[in-house]
Amino acid sequence: MVSPAGNVEGRRDADTPVRAQCEVLTRRREGVYWHLSFSAREIAERARPGQFVNLAVDAPGTLLRRPFSIAKVSSKGPYAGTIDVVFDAHGPGTRWLTTVEPHDVLDVIGPLGTPFPLPQRKVPCLLVGGGYGTAPLLFLADVLTRKGLRTDMIVGAATRERLFDIIEAKRSSASVTLTTEDGSAGTQGRVTDVLDRVATASRTGVVYACGPNPMLAAVSERCRELGLPVQVAVEERMACGIGVCFTCVLPMHTADGSVRMVRSCLEGPVLDGARVAWEQTGVGGTSVAIPPAATSAAATSAADAQRRARERELWGER
Amino acid sequence: MSAEVRRVDASELAAREVPETEAEVDLAVDLAGIHLDNPITTASGCFASGREVDRFYDITELGAIVVKSITREPRQGLPTPRMAETPAGMLNAIGLQNPGVEAWLEHDLPWLAERGAKVIASIAGTTPDDFRHVARALRRQPGIVALEVNLSCPNVSHRGLVFACSGPDSAEVISAVHREAEVPVLAKLTADVTDLPGVAEQVVAAGADGLTLINTLLGMAIDPDTGHPELANTYGGLSGPAIRPVAVRAVHQVHQALPDVPIIGCGGVREVGDVIQFVRAGASAVAVGTSTFVDPFVGQHLIGGLRRWLGERGFASIAELRGAVQPW
Ligand SMILES: Cc1cc2nc3c(=O)[nH]c(=O)nc-3n(C[C@H](O)[C@H](O)[C@H](O)COP(=O)(O)OP(=O)(O)OC[C@H]3O[C@@H](n4cnc5c(N)ncnc54)[C@H](O)[C@@H]3O)c2cc1C
Ligand SMILES: Cc1cc2nc3c(=O)[nH]c(=O)nc-3n(C[C@H](O)[C@H](O)[C@H](O)COP(=O)(O)O)c2cc1C
Ligand code: FES
Repeated sequence: MVSPAGNVEGRRDADTPVRAQCEVLTRRREGVYWHLSFSAREIAERARPGQFVNLAVDAPGTLLRRPFSIAKVSSKGPYAGTIDVVFDAHGPGTRWLTTVEPHDVLDVIGPLGTPFPLPQRKVPCLLVGGGYGTAPLLFLADVLTRKGLRTDMIVGAATRERLFDIIEAKRSSASVTLTTEDGSAGTQGRVTDVLDRVATASRTGVVYACGPNPMLAAVSERCRELGLPVQVAVEERMACGIGVCFTCVLPMHTADGSVRMVRSCLEGPVLDGARVAWEQTGVGGTSVAIPPAATSAAATSAADAQRRARERELWGER
Repeated sequence: MSAEVRRVDASELAAREVPETEAEVDLAVDLAGIHLDNPITTASGCFASGREVDRFYDITELGAIVVKSITREPRQGLPTPRMAETPAGMLNAIGLQNPGVEAWLEHDLPWLAERGAKVIASIAGTTPDDFRHVARALRRQPGIVALEVNLSCPNVSHRGLVFACSGPDSAEVISAVHREAEVPVLAKLTADVTDLPGVAEQVVAAGADGLTLINTLLGMAIDPDTGHPELANTYGGLSGPAIRPVAVRAVHQVHQALPDVPIIGCGGVREVGDVIQFVRAGASAVAVGTSTFVDPFVGQHLIGGLRRWLGERGFASIAELRGAVQPW
């Protein structure tokens, strides 16, 4: 049974997610992607860049919700209290979402997961987006810019068609560098091929990335080499999105040198890219192997301890 | 002993005290001597340790909370992908990821106890001694009203065959736990056996005070294009509405064979009608698992919905429906 639009359940504390019945405002194509906007005041008030919403889909044979990053929140004007998501239609759930019409009611839970932390100092921020992963970074760019921070963007995709909303990226950032794997736009290659150059030119202090996990692994590795702090928003299969099922785990190096499987819907999706044990995730595929319990020498090194101390100072208490 | 199926006829309905308001409907149940304010509990492994859902509503509204299975040592669990959606259900292979009994007692139980939740601690292991060790560590801990023994664990001394597939192996675990426990012991069984009432009789004879029926059913899905199993573990447990009819049958069959043994019914509970099905089949309480993934509020909705359902039909209590199946 679908509850009427506007119905909201939850504690409604400042930091707790709610479940809301949301009226669809618009649904349109945006290049190869789809753009969906719905009215969700209680979620919009709480949402921060990096967090996601979990949408109930009514496609035949589906049972579970589908997670999507929050691409935009409107707090002012006629669309105050709306949430936007951008998605790629490829399976039954996302294809069903392409058929919703304005005034339809969506059952939404959010905001869920961790947001991108914001630097406590005025450092230039480099935002690296892959495919539809660029969408939530535009929300982040907006927040950083309003804090008076410089943002630069690298937008990458396989082809020109899959680059997301370059115009909006140019509006919000000091510079935008494009890469496509086939060379149909910008530099031919991957985002990591231009990362050093852009980071040097813009005196980058922190890097944020959102896109497919293999891209996040590569960006994290480059940042480690360059000594740059990096925050990534990951994508894992999620049965619940609220931390109760343990299907969405990723291996993370802990301060004591061991590796722990963390729930990416609760302790993520935004994670410290330098701490994800990418070598133990099946990057390229989707499989994650279980790490041995043994202590990893790299993680306990003095350099690592220094890095952690620097980052505590950069991000403040979290 | 064969159970007598209770017939509810029209005269009995007329004679029944009709509650004036929904508020007067009595949802309380007795589960192996434990008083629960209502029959809605959580399925192990589908509610973590409670705090996650408490962000949405006060989880102490639930009759009891069955926590994620706890083992002697911490477990990292299985590789990913750990889940795949299937028609009206899902497959999972989590591998009992949990912090181990020591860390659980230190970090998770105190919060539940402080909130005043009734905790049913689910325990798991690979040898009877593992189970015994965890049961011992859980003695005299605040908030724990019962132990649920997850017998769907691979038995190391039996080629990894799960305990629940063998009556004698299950009985051995239950008697090891029973010797340590000072609260009622519930044996959680699988329906993946040829003679479920037979296994149930053996665990009850070994000291189980009640049963939880059922755990997930073993399944597999393969990506037709790549040929990869959908789960890294190849096989996984099927849960959700897809298994509900199997679970209702299991509860009914066992209740017929052992009418005095309390049962928590579990498998695909989503709506009030599902709860009623399980209670009529013979369950004293129900556990909600996979539905929580879709609707974190499902437990709260079921409690309110049950009260309305019973009130509208003139039932004064849920307990009176237990075992009420009308023969054709
Ligand atoms: C935190 C988070 C944020 C996301 N943000 C976006 C976004 O902004 N835009 C967008 O297009 N997609 C996003 N995704 C991926 C999106 O959730 C999947 O594309 C979608 O669930 C696919 O559903 P389906 O029924 O169309 O596909 P199917 O492949 O049929 O889905 C089958 C099952 O696999 C899961 N699944 C499939 N692909 C993915 C995936 N890439 N990541 C996680 N689970 C998957 C589904 O949720 C479902 O349970 C995000 C995923 C996560 C975890
Ligand atoms: C993700 C997941 C994890 C589970 N973990 C456990 C567990 O740790 N211990 C246990 O006894 N059962 C576990 N189960 C089984 C459930 O408790 C329940 O018996 C089963 O899922 C059927 O109920 P449902 O259809 O309502 O989910 C798990 C089920 C799922 C879906
Ligand atoms: S998706 Fe269930 S714990 Fe993360």
